[in-house]
Amino acid sequence: MYRYVINRLLFLIPSVLGVIFILFLVMSMTPGDPARILLGDAASQEQIAELNHQLGYDLPFLEKYGRYVYQVVVHQDFGVSYFTKQSVFEEIWPRYIVTVKLAFIGVVLSSLIGIPFGIYTAVRQYSLWDTIPSLIAFFIAAIPSFVLGMLLLYLFSLKLNWFPSYGIESFTSYIMPALAVSIPPAAINLRFTKSSMLESIRQDYVRTARAKGASESTVIWKHALKNALLPVVTNVGMSLGNLICGAVVAEKLFSIPGIGSLIVDRITYKDEPVIIAGTILISVCFTVVMLLVDLIYAYIDPRIRAKYARVKG
Amino acid sequence: MRELRGDLMENAISQTDSATADKIVFKKQSQAKEVWRMYKKNKGAMIGLVLFSFILVMLAGANFIVPYSAATKGVFSQINQAPSAAHIFGTDSYGRDVFARVLYGGRTSLLVAILATMSSCVIGSTLGAISGYFGGKVDGIIMRSLDIFMSIPDILFTMAVVFALGANFQNLLIALTLAYFTNYVRLVRSQVLTLSEQDYVEAAKAGGSGSTRIILSHILPNAMGVIIVNTTLNVAKIILYESTLSFLGLGMPPPAPEWGLMLAEAREFMRAAPHLLFFPTMAIVVAASSINLIGDGLRDALDPQLKS
Repeated sequence: MYRYVINRLLFLIPSVLGVIFILFLVMSMTPGDPARILLGDAASQEQIAELNHQLGYDLPFLEKYGRYVYQVVVHQDFGVSYFTKQSVFEEIWPRYIVTVKLAFIGVVLSSLIGIPFGIYTAVRQYSLWDTIPSLIAFFIAAIPSFVLGMLLLYLFSLKLNWFPSYGIESFTSYIMPALAVSIPPAAINLRFTKSSMLESIRQDYVRTARAKGASESTVIWKHALKNALLPVVTNVGMSLGNLICGAVVAEKLFSIPGIGSLIVDRITYKDEPVIIAGTILISVCFTVVMLLVDLIYAYIDPRIRAKYARVKG
Repeated sequence: MRELRGDLMENAISQTDSATADKIVFKKQSQAKEVWRMYKKNKGAMIGLVLFSFILVMLAGANFIVPYSAATKGVFSQINQAPSAAHIFGTDSYGRDVFARVLYGGRTSLLVAILATMSSCVIGSTLGAISGYFGGKVDGIIMRSLDIFMSIPDILFTMAVVFALGANFQNLLIALTLAYFTNYVRLVRSQVLTLSEQDYVEAAKAGGSGSTRIILSHILPNAMGVIIVNTTLNVAKIILYESTLSFLGLGMPPPAPEWGLMLAEAREFMRAAPHLLFFPTMAIVVAASSINLIGDGLRDALDPQLKS
């Protein structure tokens, strides 16, 4: 088991190297250059070439890649932003925390809303308690998340004036972005939990448990739910990717200083150090979460635990 | 399998005395027919199919309903008008007819979604089939590269690609394909892994069939159900994703009518002209939910055990 975790963590190294490589590759295909954007149209060709040289932008693709990796690994330095001239790490870290917070709230909230409703709708299949939440979830799954965010903004900030419509000054300003981020994945969680639960309720072991006279709550909670939760856990982990997408949208919509919106803004400026460092942080976070999901999986399911144990021995 | 058995029986019958064969009424039901029979029973799925056909007819016949110029050329004196008899969905901030924009925008949105789904399906399934069937080193290389690829969040990657190549129809297609093909690799690989252990694959191998033939004519047809269901649901996902990209300013370039772009433009006029937000949203909701209904219906019809 430990060996497995260590292996997975070690895989982070090639993974991050690969991410940097892909990003440099995509960036090298991009037209335009940072110096042109920084100096404006009035600048002469020589000035632009000189600034690009200073920034290290004009290096060949592979050399740039090599230097960047060297700089990060040996000096633990993410470089300096082309655009603001500030240390990239200092610039992105606080924003990274904001986004991670938002995504974390999103994971928790969407699970807390989606999973219980999913269980309930499955247990009460075909009743009104199934139809109404399922229908709502069905429509939410078909609405773009930014429209949902816009509606929230309109209703709670502009009409009712309950929550601030931008920034993250206080606790209350987190409420709306958190809702905007977690409602769409909550709908997906509901649908997913419901179908997983329905499948598990029809299994033989549930019938056996009923036949042996176990109470309805024991059957649902101990026999059906335990097995139904496995795919749900994976789904929650996988939804992190969507949550980051949702976070970018929410950051834009509610003007929150997060890392997603920063990267979106800097892509137009070709601010390579910020884009690459930001993406590395996000993908490391993503990989670690996926590892956690696998570990939780093994914790819940003894069959998987047994498999790891055998590999180890 | 049912089909195979049917063929065998038919052969058997044709080999026996033709007189007896005439008496036996052999009813061969193809799998497609069987699926359709199951599908028809599902009310929601039928509603989805009718709605989606309606959308397709409307989009295909858009030229007969409103001229394209109504979607692109605005009339300055008619800005942000509420729905009326002349403009049933109202007009937008440039005085363009929203109804026309919804119709022509739908063409772009749906076309991008369907084409992107198809190309990601073809690329992803091919890689998945190769990875699952050959296993070993090939599998290791493909899956590890995929892991790296997938650790970059879709949205960031798509944005970088769209920005690198420039925002237009073709590049949007490339970016969406790159974002979605990974799902198919995993899906098809897991299907191939289980199907490769089936007896009929073993039989085909023993019969001397080559790898390509086994994958194409023995494994993939049996994985088709899962692939079709996923493809259908993916179209709806891409419609939503595409609109999000437009909202972030990375979709189709502005003058073009496109649903996400219309919503992004409507944002400024949320109070003054809520109809600008309402109609494109409804278009997306109806399109995406009808596709979802079809997908759910297909899943139930193809695999009755999973019926939910």
